[in-house]
Amino acid sequence: MQITKIIMQAFLKTGKLDKTQPKSGGTSKPTKKSELVPWVEKYRPKTVADVVEQNEAVTVLEQCISGADLPNLLFYGPPGTGKTSTILAAARQLFGDIYKERILELNASDERGIQVIREKVKTFAHLTASGTRQDGKPCPPFKIIILDEADSMTHAAQSALRRTMEKETRTTRFCLICNYVSRIIEPLTSRCTKFRFKPLNESMILERLSLICKEEDVNCDDETLNLLVQTCGGDMRRAITCLQSCAKLKGRGQKIDPDTVLEVTGVVPDKWLKEFLDTCKSQEYGELEKFIRKLMLEAYAASQILVQLNEMLVVNDQFNDKQKALIGEKLGVVSYRLQDGGSEYIQLLDLGNALSKAYSLA
Amino acid sequence: MSVLWADKYRPKELSALDYHKEQAANLKDLTKEGDFPHLLVYGPLGAGKKTRIMCLLRELYGPGVERLKMETMSFTTPSNKKLEITTVSSIYHIEVNPSDVGIYDRVVIMDLIKHVAQTQQLNVNAQREFKVIVLTDVDDLTKEAQHALRRTMEKYISNCRIILCATTISRVIPAIRSRCLCIRVPAPTEDTIVTILQNVCKKEDVNLPLAFAKKIVDVSNRNLRRALLICEACKVEQYPFTENQQVPEPDWQIFIRKTAEQMLQLPNIKSLAKVRQNFYELLTNGIPSEIIFKTLLEELLKKCDRGMKTKVVEEAAIYEHRMSQGNKAIFHLEAFAVKFMYLYKNMLEQMVEVY
Ligand SMILES: Nc1ncnc2c1ncn2[C@@H]1O[C@H](COP(=O)(O)OP(=O)(O)OP(=O)(O)O)[C@@H](O)[C@H]1O
Ligand SMILES: Nc1ncnc2c1ncn2[C@@H]1O[C@H](COP(=O)(O)OP(=O)(O)OP(=O)(O)O)[C@@H](O)[C@H]1O
Ligand SMILES: [Mg+2]
Ligand SMILES: [Mg+2]
Repeated sequence: MQITKIIMQAFLKTGKLDKTQPKSGGTSKPTKKSELVPWVEKYRPKTVADVVEQNEAVTVLEQCISGADLPNLLFYGPPGTGKTSTILAAARQLFGDIYKERILELNASDERGIQVIREKVKTFAHLTASGTRQDGKPCPPFKIIILDEADSMTHAAQSALRRTMEKETRTTRFCLICNYVSRIIEPLTSRCTKFRFKPLNESMILERLSLICKEEDVNCDDETLNLLVQTCGGDMRRAITCLQSCAKLKGRGQKIDPDTVLEVTGVVPDKWLKEFLDTCKSQEYGELEKFIRKLMLEAYAASQILVQLNEMLVVNDQFNDKQKALIGEKLGVVSYRLQDGGSEYIQLLDLGNALSKAYSLA
Repeated sequence: MSVLWADKYRPKELSALDYHKEQAANLKDLTKEGDFPHLLVYGPLGAGKKTRIMCLLRELYGPGVERLKMETMSFTTPSNKKLEITTVSSIYHIEVNPSDVGIYDRVVIMDLIKHVAQTQQLNVNAQREFKVIVLTDVDDLTKEAQHALRRTMEKYISNCRIILCATTISRVIPAIRSRCLCIRVPAPTEDTIVTILQNVCKKEDVNLPLAFAKKIVDVSNRNLRRALLICEACKVEQYPFTENQQVPEPDWQIFIRKTAEQMLQLPNIKSLAKVRQNFYELLTNGIPSEIIFKTLLEELLKKCDRGMKTKVVEEAAIYEHRMSQGNKAIFHLEAFAVKFMYLYKNMLEQMVEVY
């Protein structure tokens, strides 16, 4: 409906219909569009069975699809591990065509203050849901309210949800999704069955990427693909975005090389880390200041530098345990402050001083 | 007033960019197909991020993106507060800096994206099926605003793409980074800047001796915009250029140095009153608190010995972090000033005892 209206408006403006648009309006447009969306969307799991790993959540949802009741759900875990995809796929399978009527999706971009929770959620929850679709097929006799990115809801709003959740159990299921379960108040978590979405296994991501490479005709050898997966820390979305970025940046048919992968994933070349350590070792404060300034101008993310330093440190046998403890502690503090918005320059200087100190203990 | 050189000679096409040429070529390839991802372009001040983004838009849509109009959009917060924000747009894209409205940035993001995504491009013959929203200074966005972007970026992707622009990505939450193609724009090298200055001067029919160009580059901290501005300012001040002509230093920088000197000379309560006044003045003149902090720290450290340096940086790291958390920068600047003067005074006293 919406599409025909837009076409009509456009038609009135320009006086002609777009050639790609069949006169009957409708069906070819969405498929054409879906080819143009980025790969993360194109390869978003369509069914629960498509979801890679996350077996516990998948099992529960599959049981529900084959007729069992559904508990209130809480999905938590790092970005790009399939939380949103899983519940959306399940909802489509459960409700088919009437999916739009049966789910209410509220995410961090929607207004979700107490007022909204009291009114919008309550109104939606009050609607009755029958056990059959319009076409007579059976479907679960409830609706699902998806509160995506729930960790950004205020505690007051979360509290307001408590009562609603309890009162509406007959007709409504809730699915809360978040990255940090600690930001959800206890009374809510205790009303839900919790599922942790783990960072995905590297081999599973590799498998999925190989499949996409085949489908999209991407030229990339296993070693490079492996490198890409390693830099993504179990985040499937990031892996797919990186793959597409490499493929697009290189142009069609061109082979993806490791350098492109490193650039796209934002990995800091080892030579910078080595120079950082050497500068700290020299105990020359002036050099350290100069180096950090230079490093900042390269725009590498300080957070990435910390991750890589940490990895280097763990396997490094130059430092003894005491030195490692000293550096490790500073890494933790600095990483926290950076995420909070501290200045990269000052935080890295502080870290550099700690490294110098560690070296001087040797 | 004539246009500043920095704007007049801004390259307009990807193929005309003077540096990071391989990246520019890659960006061109990126536009060839429809499945263009969201982008996060990041790099230090004056590295040419904005220029690159505009070139990219031109590659996507043609010269129409350069017909810009400025508009004021208004929004209403849930608590019924009216907000206004300036946008720059063409028929293909719209650019805003959501942090212009401070802590209400989330409202702007929510409404703007939904609005743009839902009003389809009227021109169905346009080359692209999507519009572009350019959000600048995303590292200054509140966490709420960043969270608001997450699902929105996914939901409306079929008819709108987002280009985020930031100076550092450490402050961009991982969930957003994982949704974008991240493009790093390092500052141009000093040699590149020298060449660009020379090219611009040639076009302006100005004779720029190499030694003087290098002098400008030295003070510009590899910030290309700053180098161009300084060069033009020098030309106004004194031309033809001479070997030992002074390169003007920004007022605020001198002012901060003076403030530091005051703290070092008389680390006491009286100075504090003066120092506070200086901070106020800097802030009301729109100098970002982060820059004040950093510059001040650098000036103070010059007068500290190695051990003291470590100590002061350690404290600075704590106070600066707090400053980024709160919204009254003055408190934290002042607190740091007190802490520093205390440490410094102790150091001086100990030195006296030793002798
Ligand atoms: N387990 C998975 N199986 C298959 N694809 C996945 C999986 N996890 C993520 N993806 C891919 O990553 C994309 C993003 O996944 P999704 O939106 O479900 O992440 P999320 O866990 O909700 O992340 P966020 O916390 O950032 O919202 C999907 O479109 C899909 O392409
Ligand atoms: N490739 C280039 N060749 C020549 N000049 C350039 C190039 N890129 C940018 N410039 C010049 O450098 C100046 C700064 O560029 P731009 O505004 O794009 O930087 P920016 O990274 O967005 O800076 P900021 O973060 O401070 O806003 C512009 O005035 C432009 O004239
Ligand atoms: Mg999600
Ligand atoms: Mg800019």
